[in-house]
Formats: sequence, C-alpha cells, structure tokens
Amino acid sequence: MAELLFWPALLAYGEAAVAYGAEARRPGFAGRLAIWGVRVGWLLQTALLATQGARADGFPWSSWGGALNLFAWLVVAAYLIWGCRPRFRLLGLAVMPLAAVLLALAYVGGGFAARGDHPGTLLALHVAVMLAAFAGFTLAAGLSAFFLWHERGLKRREPRILRLRVPPLETLDRLAARSLTVSFGALTLAIALGVVSLARDGGRFDAAMAATLAAWLVYALFVLLRSRAGLHGRRAAHVSLAGFALVVLVLPITHFA
Amino acid sequence: MRLGLVGISHHRAPVELRERVALDADGAAALARALAVDGAEAVCLSTCNRTELYLAHADPASAKAQAAEALDALSGLESQQLSPALYRLRDEAAALHLFRVAAGLDSMVPGEGEILGQVRAAYERGAPGTLLDRLFRQALHAGKKARTHTAIAESPASVSAAAAALAQQVFGELDGRRILLVGAGKVSDLAARNLLSRGARISFVANRSPDRAAELAERFGAQPLQLDEIRPELERADVVVSSTSAPGFVVGRDDVAAALPARKGRPLFLIDLAVPRDLDPAIHELDGCFLYDIDDLEQVVAESLAGRRREAERAEAIVAAEADRFRAWHASLDVVPAIASLRARAEEIRAGELAKLEGRLGRLSDAERRAVESATAQILNKLLHLPTVRMKQAAVTADGVVYADAVRHLFGLGEEER
Repeated sequence: MAELLFWPALLAYGEAAVAYGAEARRPGFAGRLAIWGVRVGWLLQTALLATQGARADGFPWSSWGGALNLFAWLVVAAYLIWGCRPRFRLLGLAVMPLAAVLLALAYVGGGFAARGDHPGTLLALHVAVMLAAFAGFTLAAGLSAFFLWHERGLKRREPRILRLRVPPLETLDRLAARSLTVSFGALTLAIALGVVSLARDGGRFDAAMAATLAAWLVYALFVLLRSRAGLHGRRAAHVSLAGFALVVLVLPITHFA
Repeated sequence: MRLGLVGISHHRAPVELRERVALDADGAAALARALAVDGAEAVCLSTCNRTELYLAHADPASAKAQAAEALDALSGLESQQLSPALYRLRDEAAALHLFRVAAGLDSMVPGEGEILGQVRAAYERGAPGTLLDRLFRQALHAGKKARTHTAIAESPASVSAAAAALAQQVFGELDGRRILLVGAGKVSDLAARNLLSRGARISFVANRSPDRAAELAERFGAQPLQLDEIRPELERADVVVSSTSAPGFVVGRDDVAAALPARKGRPLFLIDLAVPRDLDPAIHELDGCFLYDIDDLEQVVAESLAGRRREAERAEAIVAAEADRFRAWHASLDVVPAIASLRARAEEIRAGELAKLEGRLGRLSDAERRAVESATAQILNKLLHLPTVRMKQAAVTADGVVYADAVRHLFGLGEEER
C-alpha cells in the first residue's frame, strides 16, 4: 500500500518542481499545473503517512528515512499555507525540488517500512515537534532566499523585474520572520521535551544536541534583534539562512554521527 | 443587415487630420443618431487616436458613403484630402477590427486600459440595434477576456506607472505609505498622482520656492518643507520622488545614511526623475535603499512594452476566436428566419389537419386527444430536426443564404404575403 502511494506522491512533487521551472520562464498555465501537483502530492503523502501510522507497531518516523518522510510532508504543508497564492508560486521553485529529493531519499533509506519502534510518548513528541520546527525553518529559509533573490533584482535594476509575479520585499521579510518566530517556539518546546526525556531516560550530550543548541542560539538572536534592534531585510535573511545551515547539519548528525 | 465601418486612426492619419474629425461624447452620440435612420444602426467611437463609425444597414455601400460624407463634413476638408486616410471595412473584418480595438491591440500602447471604457461609452451613447448591440457586447467581452487571460495589461506603460509598480515590489500595497515629494514640477506631480492612485499618501512637499511648496502641499493635504528641511523627514518617508531643476544633488548619500538607524530596517524607495539628477546614486548602495533614476525607469518601461507585445500574440488568438463566434452568429441571422418560417408553416399544416379531423376526434377522450396531438408534433419535430441542424451548419459557410433561399422556394415560404 505504501508503495502504491509513494510513487504517485513522488511523481506529483516532481511534476510540481518541473512545472515551477516552466512557470519561472513563462508565468501562467504552468503555475496552475504546479500548484495542483503540490496539492495532489501532499494529499497522497498524507494518506501514505496515515497508512504507515496505522500499520506500524509503534512510532515509524524515528529512523532517519522515516524522519525525512515526515519532514518532507511538513515542509510541503508549511509551503501550502502560502504557496497557493499566485505571488508566492515561485517559492515552490525552491521548495518542491527539495521535497521531491527528500521523499526519494526517505524511500531509499527505508522510511516507508511498516515497522515502528517504541521510543516512548515524550521522545516521539520531541521528534515530531522538532521536525515541525525544522520544517518551519526550511520555509523561513526559502522565503529568505526568495527575499535575497528579489532584492538582488531590485538592486541590479533589472529591466524585467516587473515581469515576474513575486511577493513584495516587505511581505517576504515579514513572512520569513513570522515563520521563523513560530518555529523558534516549536524548537524551544522540542528541546525542552528532549531535555526532560534525557533526564528521565538517561543519555549523553551529543553532536546533534550541540548543533541543535547552536541553531537555537542563532534563531534566539534573530528573534531578539528583530524585536529590539529592528533586524530587517538583507541582514535578517542572512541570519535566517545561517540558522538553516545548522538545521541542515542536525538531521544527518542525529542518525549518522 | 450588413456591418460596415468607416474610420480614421493614428495608424494612417497624423494628429492634424485626426483632430478635425474628433468628437466629444455628445457629438459622437448625435452623429450616431443622425446616421441611424431608416432602420439602420450606428455607433460612433471617437478617442484621441481614432474616430470610427460602425454601421449596420441593409445596403452597406450607401451607408458607408453616408458615413464618409459625415466625416468629410466634420473635417471641413475636401473628400479627396481625407479619403486616403480613411479605412473602410465590412462584416467580419469590421467586427475583428472592433474586437482588436476593445482589446487594446490596435492602440499605441498594446493593452492600454482606457480604450475599453471608451468603447463601452460609445456603445451606450450610440444607436445600436440587434446587430451592433451584439457586436459591441461581444467586443467588450473580448476586450475583458484578452486582459484577464493574458498579461497584456499588467505591466506599466509609462515612467510614472513603472515607478509606482516598482514601489509596490518593495512595499506591496501602498495604502498609507508616506511620500516625500521633492520639487513641485509637473513630472513629480504625475509620479505622485500615480502613487496616490494606489493608496499612498503625500506627506511632505519640499521645494525651493516656499509658495509653490505650500500650494502643492495644500492640494495634497501634505506638510510644506524647504529643501534644507528634507533630512529629518527621510526618517519617516517610505517613498521619495524628486524632480527639481537643481544643478547638484539635493539629497546625498550621507543624508540617507544618517536617517537609516531611525528607520529600523524599513526600506526606502527613491525615484529620481530629474536631469541633472537630484539624488546621489551612491544612495542605492545603502542597505534597504532602492534608487531608480529616469534611465532605469525607461528601461523598465521598454521591457514592459516588449512584454506587452509578446502577450499581444496570445490576445490576438482570443480576439480571433471571438470574431469567429460573432461571424457564426451573424451568418445564422440569414437562416434563422427561414427556419422559423418553415416551422411555422409545418405547425400551421398540422393544426389545420387536426382541425379538419375535429368531427371524428370529438369521440376521443382528453387523454387520447393529447396523445394524437403529441404524436403529430413529434412527427413534425423529427422531420424538421435534420434540416434545421443542416441549415444552421450551412449558415457559418458561404452556402447559408443558398440553403435558406432553397428552403423558402421548396416550401413556398412567404409566398402568401406576395
């Protein structure tokens, strides 16, 4: 059953990624095809996760493949909040190829096996909230990258700047900050859950925890500077991307270090 | 009824000639009414780029001659002077022309929006009948469709519109955004008006002449400033529009840099419409500051117009499809009366035959009588269905009229009246 849902979901994400490429060259019909690919793919992946959850004995997303599967789903879900709006369509150019690659990697890594483990409710909650926070940071990074790309176009005074339908700079800046702030709250909660779980079940402070704490510090700095010193625009985007670079490190370290 | 068009436009006539036949709304309405006599229909479309007379008349040649005479009379010139600039189109060509006009494809700036309103006004004030009513309604539909299904009308076509569109790339909606207007000339006034139309607010007007600054500030409900009072307001403004005749920079890089800490990361968009330039180009290097001068804006407009021309190809296809629909409808006008007469004649025969049988049918119950009526009506419908369909199909080809005449002849339709 999981196989039956995986391939169409991957196909839909792939179609969306290709269609977003076409949309960037010639806005119009390709954008509509892309957004339908995202919707259909996400629904299929939702069904896939539900099937997996129902069949597994335990929590099937604590393996790195399973975590990637859930992570990809959360990233696309976060994207869908804004991605359906015409001006945000091009954000899909960054998000959907990533989602398709993550889903394929999850498959290769055995993320769809019907077995689960029993990490306990607290740890399962920790993993789920952590992945949700990471998905939010991914979206914030996508928005920040989009901001930098659009800002560069305005700074270079590109004559064709008005031809692409992209969100205004201020909107991108605001949405990236909002996604990041909400995700920071989730990350804080996930870390707290992890600390409680660590204290209860025992364990050592490892590289994944160090990278997670470093990411937390970067994002805490962002939230602080945003509220106190008016961190906006290009600098804010750079901080968001720096935090995301640490997030990118955390997932592999968690399972391979 | 045939459709005819006589017109003059910027494609073939210089402004000296066009202005001679230009009419205001009342004049255009009066001319349309004057031409709509003896069952004819007329609509006059007069804008700064064109004056066109659309006519529906049984005799298109004489109608067009009348229209050309009317334009000659308007111009006050000899007919041979105006005639070379006039174009005369009929039927499908005239319809396609109007659809292209409504879509902005015949305009100087492809896709410009004003023409659609002008076509609507001409239609509402003209003297349309069945044919022109359908033609103009469909033209308005085609014009709207071309604009909504393509991006032909999306990009700005003037420097001031480009400046406003670029400001929207930074801020999104401009509602409540504060504009600092430096210089009180016509150019900055035009740009400011464009920003105002998108919801921005002119908060400050700075000018070398205090009187002129006060005059303009009063008009916009803004605060007047001297040129040396600009600096503190750079902390509060979102958009700066500058167009003075000052020989040097009015706002320097250091002025803007000094305002940045107080702005707390809010972007600043600056438009320099002056030559020589008013705003130091180095301002553009500052974080969160975007400075566009007249050359930058003109490049954006040129690219935007090129984009409109590319979109025009897609709009042409939409307009052609609409013109085909109109042609099919127009052609059906030739056969519809014949079909209606044929069906009326058949129904008359059916009713007559049933009346002859009335004596014998009297013995039937109401249910049996209804069954007989229904059966005879069905026989008629089935018999006439295929000829009706075939005639409608033929209507869109050149054979439509031939078919209609053949049916009239074979069934003797209309002979009673002769």
